[in-house]
Amino acid sequence: MAGMALNSDTPTSRKKASSLINDPKARGIFYQVLTLALLVLFVWTVTQNTIHNLQRANIASGFGFLDGRAGFDIGQSMIAYSSDSTYGRALIVGILNTLQVAVIGIITASILGFLIGIARLSRNWLIAKLAEVYVEVFRNIPPLLVIFFWYKGVISALPQARESFELPFSSYLNNRGLFLPKPVFGDGTWLLALALVVGIIATVFMARWAKQRQMRTGQPFHTVLVGVALIFGLPILAFLALGAPLTFDYPVAGRFNLTGGTVVGPEFMSLYLALSFYTAAFIAEIVRAGIKAVPKGQTEAANALGVRGSDITRLIVLPQALRIIIPPLTSQYLNLTKNSSLAVAVGFADVMAVGGTMLNQTGQAVEIVAIWVVIYLSISVTTAIFMNWFNARMALVER
Amino acid sequence: MATNASTFVRQSMLEPKPAPSSQTGASHWIRTRLFATPKDVILTILALALIAYIVPGMINWLFIDAVWSGTDRTACATVIQGGVLPDGQSGACWAFVEAKFQQFMFGRYPADERWRPILVAILFIILLVPMLIPKAPFKGWNALALFIVLPIISFFLLIGGFGLPHVETPLWGGLMVTLILSFFGITVSLPLGIILALGRRSDMPVIKTICVVFIEVIRGIPLISVLFMASVMLPLFLPDGWTFDKLLRALIGVSLFASAYMAEVVRGGLQAIPKGQFEGADSLGLSYWQKMRLIVLPQAIKLVIPGIVNTFIGLFKDTSLVSIIGMFDLLGIVVLNQSDANWSTPVTPITGYVFAGFVFWLFCFGMSRYSAFMERHLDTGHRH
Repeated sequence: MAGMALNSDTPTSRKKASSLINDPKARGIFYQVLTLALLVLFVWTVTQNTIHNLQRANIASGFGFLDGRAGFDIGQSMIAYSSDSTYGRALIVGILNTLQVAVIGIITASILGFLIGIARLSRNWLIAKLAEVYVEVFRNIPPLLVIFFWYKGVISALPQARESFELPFSSYLNNRGLFLPKPVFGDGTWLLALALVVGIIATVFMARWAKQRQMRTGQPFHTVLVGVALIFGLPILAFLALGAPLTFDYPVAGRFNLTGGTVVGPEFMSLYLALSFYTAAFIAEIVRAGIKAVPKGQTEAANALGVRGSDITRLIVLPQALRIIIPPLTSQYLNLTKNSSLAVAVGFADVMAVGGTMLNQTGQAVEIVAIWVVIYLSISVTTAIFMNWFNARMALVER
Repeated sequence: MATNASTFVRQSMLEPKPAPSSQTGASHWIRTRLFATPKDVILTILALALIAYIVPGMINWLFIDAVWSGTDRTACATVIQGGVLPDGQSGACWAFVEAKFQQFMFGRYPADERWRPILVAILFIILLVPMLIPKAPFKGWNALALFIVLPIISFFLLIGGFGLPHVETPLWGGLMVTLILSFFGITVSLPLGIILALGRRSDMPVIKTICVVFIEVIRGIPLISVLFMASVMLPLFLPDGWTFDKLLRALIGVSLFASAYMAEVVRGGLQAIPKGQFEGADSLGLSYWQKMRLIVLPQAIKLVIPGIVNTFIGLFKDTSLVSIIGMFDLLGIVVLNQSDANWSTPVTPITGYVFAGFVFWLFCFGMSRYSAFMERHLDTGHRH
C-alpha cells in the first residue's frame, strides 16, 4: 500500500499525459481547433487578396451601385422597367422573372409528370412503353440541350410574323413568340380579387366543417364541388354584378409584325417548355416509385371492403403514395427553380442573366455573387419549409 | 381385394394440359394488354395515332430525306435557300456532322497532335473495362492505375511536356473536354463527398457545422452560379500574378458542386446502417477510420449505388453548362459550329442538337443500365 502510494505520483502523471492523447474528447477538441484555425487562415488570406485585388482594379465594394442607372433593356418584365431604371429595379425584374418561370414550370411539370408516371404503370402496354420512352429520352440529355432545342430548333423555325399560325381566341404563334389577347381590367377589379379571396377562405372553413361532420356522423359532403363553386362562382358572380368590367386588347396582324396584345417571348417559351418537359421525366419516375411502393394488399383490402374504384385511388393509394412522393418531389421543384438559371443561355432576363449583365458592366463580382447566393438560398429554404409543412400534414400519424 | 383395387390407381402422373388458347399467345396478350377495357381501346387508338403522326416524319427527317455527304451548305440547303435540294425537302444534315466530326471530338486541338487524346482514350478504355467487370482480378491495382496513374499520364500527354509540343487548354474542346470534366468530377467528388458526409455525421460541432454549411449552400444554388463564382471570384481570391487555367476553374467548380450532392447521397446510406454495426465495430476496438473503412462504408456505399450513379449522370449532363462560361465542351462546340457561314442552313442547328443529344444520351443511358446491373449483382439479399 505504502509503496504504491509512494510511487503513484509518476505513473499517474504519465498516464494522464498519454490518456490526454488517447482521450477522444481531447483529440476532438484538438482537431476542431486545428480545422477552425485553418479555416480562419484561409478566409483571412482570401479576404486580404480580394481587398488588394479590388483596390488594384479600382472597384469600390459595397451595394451602393444598386442605385445606379442600369442602362440595359429587358425584353420581358412583369413590372415597369426601362433602361433608365436602377440596377436594383433590374434585379427585382430578374427575381420576378425567375419566380414566374419557376412557378409556371413547376405546375406544368407536375401535371405532365403525374400523367406520365401513372401512364408508366398502365396495364396498356403501348401507353406504358410510350411513357417509358419519354422518361428515358428526357432523363438522359442535358437540360441546356433541351432549351437550345426548343429555342433554336423549334421556335426559331416557326414562320415569320406575316405567316403566323392563328390559334383560337385571336392568338398568334410565330418566331417572335406567342401573341395573346391582353385583358384590360375596368373599374372595380379589386372587388373580383376580394371575391376570390373570400371564396378561398370560405372553402377552407367549409372543408374543415365537412371533415368534422364526416368524422362525427360518417356523412360525406361534396367538398370538392362546393369548393370549386365557391372559388370560381363568387368571382364570376361579382364579375357579372359589376357589369363585366373586362375588355381584351387583341393582337392585330400588321404588315411586318403583330401589334397590341401581350407577347410571350421565345426565350421564355423555350425555357418554360424545356424545364417542364425535362423535370416531368423525373417527376414521372418519382410518382411511379411512390405508387409502386404502396403494397398491393391495400388495394385488395379496399376492394374487399367494397370501396369504389376511383375512391380506392383517391382515399387509399394516393395518400400513402404521396408520403413517399413528397420529399423527392420537393427536390425536383428546387432543381427546376435552380435550372431556370439556364435562362442565361438563351437571354431570358432571370436573376442570373440580369446579374451577369450587371457584373459585366460594374465589375462588382463579390456583391453580385452574394446576391445570387442569397436569392437562390432563400427560394430554396422557403420551398423546403413549405414542402416540409405539407409533408408533415401528409405523414403517417403514428401512436 | 387389394390387388384389384390397385388396378384403378394411376401409376404415372398426367401431363399438365396446356392453358386454354384464349389464355396464351398473341391474341390473349393483345386482348389484355391493349384492349382490356373500353378505356384501354381508346387509349391504344390514341397512342397509335400519336405514333403514326410522329414516327414516320421523324424517320423521314432523320434518315430518308437526310443528306449524308457534302462539302458545304449547298448540299443541305434547298434551291430557294441557295442549295441543291428540291424545295420543300427538309432532312437532317449529317454531312455537317461528318465535316465537323473531328472538331466535335477534339475541339481545336491541333490536327497533328490528335493521336494524343486518342491514346488517352484507348488507355482509359483499357483500364475502365476490367474495372467495370465484377469478375476481373486485381481491382486494387486497376483502380490505382485508373484513378491515380492515368490522370497523371493523361495530363502530360494532353498538355505536352517530355518532348511533346505544348497544347494550351483553350484549344481543347468537344467530347474530350466533356469526358475530362466528368471523369475528374467523378474521381474527386466521390471521396470528397464521403468525407463531407462523414463530417456531417460527426460529433464534433465545428466540423459538422462547416460541412453542413458547405453542403447546404452548394445544394441551394445553381451550378451556373458556382461556375460564375469559379470564373470571376477565384481570380480575385488569389494573390497578385497567380493565374488559374480556365479549364481548371471549371474542374474545381464542377467537382465541388458534385461533391455536395454526393455527400447527401452517401449520408442517406450512412443513416440506413443499423446502429449495431457502429457499436459492434466500437466494441471490437476498431478506430474511427477502421470502423468506417471496414464496416460502415462498404455497406453504406452498396446501398446507395443507384444514387451515386444518378449523381454521376447529373454531373455528366451538367458539364454542358461550361459552355455558358465560354468553354467549348461537346455542346459548346456544336453551338459554335452552327454559326459557321459555310454550313448555315435551317436544318443545321437541329442536326447539331440531335447529334449532341444522342451522344449525351448514349453515355447517360449506358451509365444508368450499368448501375441497374451492379445493383442486381451486389444484391446480397440483406434488403429489408
